[in-house]
Amino acid sequence: MTTATHDIVGRGNRDGAQLFREWYADLTRAAEEDRGGAYVFVMGSLAELLRTFDLPIVFPEINSLQTAVRHVAAEYLNEAEDYGYSPDICGYVKADVATQLRGGQLPMGRIPKPSIAVYTNACNTYIKWAEIWERMYGIPTFTLDVPGSRAAGAQTWPGNQDFENDRRYVAAQLRELIPLLEQVSGRSFDIDRLRECMGHANVMAEGWKRALELNRSRPATFNALSDGTIFLGVANGLRGTEEGARYFTELVEELEYKSEHGIGTISDEIYRLIFVGVPCYPIFRRFNELFTELGGTFIHSTYLWFASGGSNLGYQYDLADPLESLAEGLLYGVRDAMDSMFFQNHAIENMIDEFAADGVVYHPIKSCRTVSTGLADNRRALMEARDVASLFIESDMMDQRVVSEAQLKNRIDAFFEGLASRRLQSGGN
Amino acid sequence: MAYAAGVDVGSTQTKAVIVDEDCSIVSRALTDTGANVMRAAETAFQEALLSGDLREEEVEYVVGTGYGRYKVTFGNTQVTEISCHGRGAVQMFPGTRTVVDMGGQDTKAIRVAATGEILDFCMNDKCAAGTGRFLGAASSALDIPLGELGPTAMRGERPVKISTTCTVFAESEVLSWLGKGKKIEDILLGVHKSIAGRSAGLLRRVGIESEVTFTGGVAKNVAMIDALNQKLGLEVNVSDDSHYMGALGAALFALDHVFASREPTPAKQGAR
Repeated sequence: MTTATHDIVGRGNRDGAQLFREWYADLTRAAEEDRGGAYVFVMGSLAELLRTFDLPIVFPEINSLQTAVRHVAAEYLNEAEDYGYSPDICGYVKADVATQLRGGQLPMGRIPKPSIAVYTNACNTYIKWAEIWERMYGIPTFTLDVPGSRAAGAQTWPGNQDFENDRRYVAAQLRELIPLLEQVSGRSFDIDRLRECMGHANVMAEGWKRALELNRSRPATFNALSDGTIFLGVANGLRGTEEGARYFTELVEELEYKSEHGIGTISDEIYRLIFVGVPCYPIFRRFNELFTELGGTFIHSTYLWFASGGSNLGYQYDLADPLESLAEGLLYGVRDAMDSMFFQNHAIENMIDEFAADGVVYHPIKSCRTVSTGLADNRRALMEARDVASLFIESDMMDQRVVSEAQLKNRIDAFFEGLASRRLQSGGN
Repeated sequence: MAYAAGVDVGSTQTKAVIVDEDCSIVSRALTDTGANVMRAAETAFQEALLSGDLREEEVEYVVGTGYGRYKVTFGNTQVTEISCHGRGAVQMFPGTRTVVDMGGQDTKAIRVAATGEILDFCMNDKCAAGTGRFLGAASSALDIPLGELGPTAMRGERPVKISTTCTVFAESEVLSWLGKGKKIEDILLGVHKSIAGRSAGLLRRVGIESEVTFTGGVAKNVAMIDALNQKLGLEVNVSDDSHYMGALGAALFALDHVFASREPTPAKQGAR
């Protein structure tokens, strides 16, 4: 391994982990100083805007999934269930309820209490979740109603009257939100600072789009399930920051280097797979190994699409007209995130072609009906449109009680037997 | 003559099948799996050797399958029971396009190509509701041997509506119907119809294409065959060796390896 290779390969994972630690250290400081945070979600976080008010930004979904990755989710889920929440309710919500009951304490640090919750309608649970904080803390909550696509493949674009109406509708809501943020933060809105944050978001979005494109390389430059989730964490947590922008610039540099030098992931790439759904965080590493041990590499994932709030599109804000452009970007991003759950067929078909995928793995989860409902239909439609191997396995993003590794392995092994059989019949090896 | 073997280590029973070069079953053996999975695999294999009057070295390749497939320590490789049941069913009934395998703790619906290749599959998740285990629980609750459940149910005329196929609640469900004065035959008929309905749901998820072959230990149960036929509106294929279908499929995969090893150039291998 050359010095250059040694320095650059794996940098995205190392730096991503470091930025994550620093982010939680900042949140812990904010909690200790009793500074209230802006609670937001990954689909339409509006971090670019919230940062201009110096509000610590808290992503409850990321906090919750971290408890699962660190194998302590069961403690949090049980605590929320003891408090009265049903086992059938979203695991992210319950882990957050327990976090609030614990005064914001998490394995990664401590999070500040909310001073406001800002969220879109991309997930119906967001709205009910925010109502919990409203009741707990008496804080203001703000729902941004973002119109989605009217039908599969029927998105409207600038110049179309429906699109212009939708953009004006979102922009009007942003204009309502700003005075509320001024009131909560005690700071005046600074449009130049917004331009600065949006500029960083532009760099990040461009990098994110390019990083995803670079996985067309064979071998893939990163595993969309394992490495990709680290990148995604930075894309959300550091959106609109200089550090986040730099990270993605350097990540693209790393992935381009790997692509040029034919460097793949740490496992052998025999089959190129697409992941559909939310990862199985309770056994995050092991779940991925069940595929990589048999030569499967996830080269793309719809998760990197909807859980990045649509920043995968690479949308570039017009800094000359920041508020209108912010509304348009939010409309594009959230609409795309919703489309990735409801109108994903054609996009997955394109992914199969563009990324030369051998198989598609659908992973519906008990906790999240929003992303899981419709996957069976989507899979059926895909199988009618493309002769591609697919697997349908169910588990959860938080709750280990409904994750059975033995059952998962059995199905995954059978999927790979089918992939091997297909390859033999097509004359490959 | 070369031989190959398949050992199917299921949750309840372990089966071994030895085939010859013509894909014919030479011998078979069955034993309870119990707590020592490795010993069960070894016992089944040794009994199959004994039954076929074969020596261990005459069996050139062994494939392990079933949940305990990685415990077949003397085996050469492992293949899932999903692939094995598909392969075995197509071997036994070449017109098979859909397989329903009802075992001790899971029920599988498998759609296969004419070659035996798995096109799609679906299984019950997490719990053993609607599987052979439910019949075991009903057998305990009614104190009727497993082998007599089917014939008893066939005497039923007015099946009760079983609201749950949860194995944990099986006993209380059955006892509650007894408490209401229902006949054992009608309760058991209801149990079989309920399980058949659940299995039909799995089959619909992969798409039901005729012929349908019924495999696994429960395929010996006449009432379940009848209930499935009624539910699906067709006659399922059932072999006397349906219980051994997974082991047969494993033995056929083992035979592939035997033939491949004889080819002048190395056989093409997939991921495994």
